[in-house]
Amino acid sequence: MSRYSVFSLLRHAATGNRGWQRAWRAATPKASYDVVIIGGGGHGLATAFYLAENHGIRNVAVLEKGYIGGGNVGRNTTVIRSNYLLDGNTQFYEFSMKLWEGMSAALNFNVMFSQRGQLVTAHSADQLDTFSHRANVMRSNGIDAEILDRDAVRKLVPYLDFSDTARFPIHGAIFQGRAGTARHDAVAWGYARAASGHGVDIIEGCEVTDFVRQDDRIVGVETTRGRIGAGRVGLAVAGHTSVLAQKAGLELPIESHLLQAFVTEPVKPLVDHVVAYGADHFYLSQSDKGGLVFGGNLDGYNSYSQRGNTGVLREVCEAAIALMPNISRLRLLRHWGGIMDMTPDASPIISLTPVDGLYLNGGWCYGGFKATPASGWCFAEMLATGETPALIRGYGLGRFRSGHMIDEAGAGPFAWLQ
Amino acid sequence: MLRIDCPCCGVRDHSEFRYGGDATVERPAHDNPDLDAWYRYVYLRANPKGLHREYWQHVLGCRQWLVVERDTVTHSIHSVSFSRRQRA
Amino acid sequence: MTSTEKRLASGGYLDRSQVLKFMCDGRQYTGFKGDTLASALLASGVSLVGRSFKYHRPRGILSAGAEEPNALVTVGTGARREPNLPATMLELTSGLEAASQNNWPSLRFDVQSINSLFSPLLSSGFYYKTFMGPSRRAWMFYEHFIRKAAGLGKATMMPDPDVYDSRDDFTDVAVVGSGAAGLSAARAAAQAGARVLLIEQDFEIGGRLLSEPGGATWLHTMRTELEEMANVRIMRRTTAFGLYDGNTLALIEDADPFAGLVMNAARKTCTLLHARSIVFATGAIERPMVFPNNDRPGVMLNSAIRAYVNRYSVLPGRNVVIATADDSAYLTAFDLLAHGARVVIADARPLAEPTLLAKAKQMGAEVHLATNVTDVKGKYAVTGVVLAGKTGTIGVSCDLVGMSAGWSPVVHLTSHQGVKPVYRADIDAFVPGQLPETQFVAGAAGGSLSVSEAIAEGVSAGRAAAAVAGKVERVAEAPVLEIEETAGPTTVYKPIFGQRKAFVDFQMDVTLDDIQLAQREGYESVEHLKRYTTLGMGTDQGKTSNINALKVMAKLRGISIPEAGTTTFRPPYTPVAIGAVAGRATGHHFRPYRLTPIHDWHTANGAQMLEVGLWMRPWFFEASGRDVNTAYVNEMRLVRSTAGIMDISTLGKIDIQGPDAAAFLDRVYANGFASIKVGRARYGVMLRDDGIVFDDGTTTRLEQNRFFMTTSTAKAADVLSWLEFLLDTAWPDLRVSVSSVSDEWAGMSVAGPESGKILSAAFPDIDFSNEALPHMGLAGGTFNDSPLKIIRLSYSGERAYEIYVGASNGEAAWRHLIDVGAAYGLKPYGVEALGALRIEKGHVAGPEIDGRTTLSDLRMGRMVAKRSGYVGEALSHREAFQAANRQRLVGLKCIDPGKRLRGGALLFAPGEPLQGHGRGRMTSITYSPELDCYIGLGLLAADFKGDEVIASYPMKNEVVRARVVSPVFLDPAGERMHG
Repeated sequence: MSRYSVFSLLRHAATGNRGWQRAWRAATPKASYDVVIIGGGGHGLATAFYLAENHGIRNVAVLEKGYIGGGNVGRNTTVIRSNYLLDGNTQFYEFSMKLWEGMSAALNFNVMFSQRGQLVTAHSADQLDTFSHRANVMRSNGIDAEILDRDAVRKLVPYLDFSDTARFPIHGAIFQGRAGTARHDAVAWGYARAASGHGVDIIEGCEVTDFVRQDDRIVGVETTRGRIGAGRVGLAVAGHTSVLAQKAGLELPIESHLLQAFVTEPVKPLVDHVVAYGADHFYLSQSDKGGLVFGGNLDGYNSYSQRGNTGVLREVCEAAIALMPNISRLRLLRHWGGIMDMTPDASPIISLTPVDGLYLNGGWCYGGFKATPASGWCFAEMLATGETPALIRGYGLGRFRSGHMIDEAGAGPFAWLQ
Repeated sequence: MLRIDCPCCGVRDHSEFRYGGDATVERPAHDNPDLDAWYRYVYLRANPKGLHREYWQHVLGCRQWLVVERDTVTHSIHSVSFSRRQRA
Repeated sequence: MTSTEKRLASGGYLDRSQVLKFMCDGRQYTGFKGDTLASALLASGVSLVGRSFKYHRPRGILSAGAEEPNALVTVGTGARREPNLPATMLELTSGLEAASQNNWPSLRFDVQSINSLFSPLLSSGFYYKTFMGPSRRAWMFYEHFIRKAAGLGKATMMPDPDVYDSRDDFTDVAVVGSGAAGLSAARAAAQAGARVLLIEQDFEIGGRLLSEPGGATWLHTMRTELEEMANVRIMRRTTAFGLYDGNTLALIEDADPFAGLVMNAARKTCTLLHARSIVFATGAIERPMVFPNNDRPGVMLNSAIRAYVNRYSVLPGRNVVIATADDSAYLTAFDLLAHGARVVIADARPLAEPTLLAKAKQMGAEVHLATNVTDVKGKYAVTGVVLAGKTGTIGVSCDLVGMSAGWSPVVHLTSHQGVKPVYRADIDAFVPGQLPETQFVAGAAGGSLSVSEAIAEGVSAGRAAAAVAGKVERVAEAPVLEIEETAGPTTVYKPIFGQRKAFVDFQMDVTLDDIQLAQREGYESVEHLKRYTTLGMGTDQGKTSNINALKVMAKLRGISIPEAGTTTFRPPYTPVAIGAVAGRATGHHFRPYRLTPIHDWHTANGAQMLEVGLWMRPWFFEASGRDVNTAYVNEMRLVRSTAGIMDISTLGKIDIQGPDAAAFLDRVYANGFASIKVGRARYGVMLRDDGIVFDDGTTTRLEQNRFFMTTSTAKAADVLSWLEFLLDTAWPDLRVSVSSVSDEWAGMSVAGPESGKILSAAFPDIDFSNEALPHMGLAGGTFNDSPLKIIRLSYSGERAYEIYVGASNGEAAWRHLIDVGAAYGLKPYGVEALGALRIEKGHVAGPEIDGRTTLSDLRMGRMVAKRSGYVGEALSHREAFQAANRQRLVGLKCIDPGKRLRGGALLFAPGEPLQGHGRGRMTSITYSPELDCYIGLGLLAADFKGDEVIASYPMKNEVVRARVVSPVFLDPAGERMHG
């Protein structure tokens, strides 16, 4: 695999760009692999890469029913942050942040990780206290965090509503400078290219239809491209985890819900940070292409349809103007939906399962994109060793039975309220 | 908007309703102390891709809890009935 | 300088009596009512209108509709500045101010057009391959420049001064599009008896018929007839931008700019239209040809040329090359020839319809078959083309190039709900897939490109749509329309590869080379192609580019077009102003405030109000102190020494009735309620099914079978729904009914040692002695002939009474108490003091009931010690809830002189490193005037040894020592409230 650099760009430009190779090999399935990963999204591809990179396991296939990166890794609003409150989450997402910081270099693929800073506005003294608690936890865990007062917020993002008529006046904000955004598709492509370079087979258009069992153990998968044997099978199909787990006889504490994303027409630089509205469900950032990318709450009912409804559309537009009045004349260019695996505590599941040979990575709720590298890293370790890495000990499937939930919002076992 | 045909109030936008989740899970008797039965009821979900029986409450109308059969892929609604009538 | 040399002397749908002056890039022009900005500019001889996204190439006007990728302008100034508007859809108005965008210093001399020189370097996806060094944060450096170069126009930084409406509407039949098919459908559905809403994105009814010289009479007849029908509504300037669940169409309507000034009228209106059935008569969009330099100003779609000539009465060129792979382009040639233009036709096909060829030749056109345009000359305006045919290459000079590569039905709306369009090889186009039985397609939208088919399909779709709504009256034949028509394409058009850039997506500057490169690198699924090259990501959503790109990719991969598939169509069809979707839910109408019945008194009497979960509540009263910190301490002293009055109307209030009401409460509360006596109240805690504390409050037994429940303000709605859920779904056998009475009752609490005396004076008919009305007792009475409920309950720990009175008498009762109580020193107090008083008593509230704590975490485990059968019981016995390091409620007292506690501090053992999550946290704090120090509540690991903690607050670099004490700081025996 030839390296990408400004020199390779120059060299290829001189020859009419005719010499570029495929970013990842078009592989055809072999009879069996040491590890088969179901799902060619960010997490599956990252897992494959780290299996090869960290554990030297290269006889690996990633099976994708459509095209790689077609699920949530290519549908999300690309926010990356590590501002989690609860023990287990805090450390995991910070580990992920550190991997993001080295990702472009590690993959030799510019994922455009832009550490432009993320702030969440606070609209009362109480809310600012709550944010201070979070910031205290972050700082005590070695993570950057700042509490900004109203003037400091105004200096940073003057275009928010600081008028006397603001419905929810801004008191301050919590700010994480290392947070930011990345180019979501590039993450999938970058991991795919790097994994492929290590010998991993990335097989698109290959849908898993069933599992192959020997005694009580899963030893392979049936696919639309034939049977593929596997030493271990890793499931990384967030959004559709339940559908596949059911084929393995696994009942899960997961519901599929719809989360929408929105983008406006491209305009010249307007929003330089990631801004989240503390008074409602709304957050936005500006893509490098110029569109304002924003999102809000779940649509609120079980769904496998990748398209949103008008209720959230209205709510999000109302909140957008309440936070940022000059957005009113900007025009919405496109909105779409992704299917979230929602768990009863809104924290993910990376876990061994009661089914021998089957390993589970899912339940990412709406936090999956930022977790991509750490999830892949840890899941690869789990698939390589058969053991649960220390960092994700809290993410086991058994926690709901035992009561060890990690419920950041305290919303309880109602997936659609998380 | 989903359009839910409330048997009491007629066809209304789903924004008038509160979602209540899977209606197929069987709630253990109130004095059933079995932890496992409650674990299954509270946490485990079939999460079907297709027809889903689910609870909706018409909070901005008759306030009845309804059982709605809805397709989770097409969002088309196949039936709506009072939960109380089904259960009593 | 206002040249109108290209305007024809007569014809078109213009009102030439209304001459409109407008500005573009600082120059003044004129046009007529009925013009778009694009047609008026063309009439004035302007061909250069914009610059492209990436290479900053000069661009003109490609189309005459919503598909326009090139002619994007910024309209308005200051707070009303709007970027990226297609000039082809901008209705010309007097005083319109437009400006070209994405250029510097000027449209003609744009520095960034230098990008074109580096285009081999700027190949698709180049940015994924570089900008990665030298340091890890290098991207942040490069990104700055990339961002500045990207984007199109500039958004305003000022709040929008205009207003919008967002509304819902209902109809039997919605007809989208008012061309021949739409008009026929609307007429048929209306005749069948249905209520019809006809939706047209243009300001003129007629669709492509407006471009047909022979269509005017038919159009007029149909339009007049529809306008006269009482059951037909016509919305012009209205785009159906999305199709959503439940046959809901989302519409965006622009106000009529000629309607005159109406106060507070909406600039745009967003409508959610709930239709029983829908007819999609959305027409088709012509596809550009792909040949080198096909983006030069003056290269236009043939259908657009027709629209400009016939509808707008503009002859955009006198020397025209018509390139085509489709018969319909001949009609453009005929119209141009009829107006005296010289026309050369380059037909890519080896054969064309003989009658068309004959007519073209007869009218004086030069026709070359099997001939393609292989280059376009001229930078800011077309000066000529190179034609390549069987006999070789010739140069032809011209001032306008028309192109047609076939038609793409507008399938966007029909696809929004996930119905994938299907490819029809016979017309080389995608048409809507299998639609639900409430949706119909008519005319070009379904691939039927002729007008006669459109009318016939319109009538039958209109009739069928009405039938869905149960309307089946007799439908008359539509009037006959005879115009010159052509058949569909006879061969599939193939793009022309060449040395120079051949654009597929004009707006995003995606060329044939880019698509080839994407394919070479494996980004070959249509979604990868789109994402890698940015094809179709512009404001035009790729209306002119998607199908061409798909066809190129299919060819490069050697697969069929259906195998290659299409990308997903996403709403909105055209960009929609965010303000319009929000409508009037802005400013203070965004999440409206909730006010108690006593609100006006508070604001008139010096209350500083605080918003608590949408409720406006008195935070503190100015009479108590100038700032909150002084005031709340004084208000605490007031309650502890004399008496204070507090508005508690925000509490949730639920009336619970029925023979099984007591049994029901005994299940929903964790602590027992079966034994509570009539006339007595009890504090209760509810759990969720998972054993976590849900809410707390008090419930009073009014009668044997009737209870009055209060909930926290925050959980009022959730608790009510939860009770209803249990009754409707789990225990329908319990004979209980619950209903909210939150808004029916005003509530106020009088607390303090003097409260008994004040109440006795205020309500002399009621006996307030300890014997008659003990702590947790109930008394009834009337006030202003309205029922009164008085419950002796205490949150502050003092003797206290909650007084409930009908909401309409709330303020009167409050005034009465204030008047009578004044002699005893009664004054109002606010929520800050309330929150502080409860901390002194160790009562938990929101910060402790955070959705993660159990009863035993909050030291209330004893309440359920001998109980079973309550909600949440089983799962509260889970292993994690019994863990030794489970964090439990404690009291914390500041022991560092001169220092204070802060909520959100992390708790550590003295001497241990202040790292990680700590052993617990401070949840609530206050200054206690009685103890003269800061005190707080916290959650601390149960296995924590020792009676001292370090409260660490890194955000202020503060470390404070605190003693771990009982959470009940005052009067643990409760003598004050009983006394």
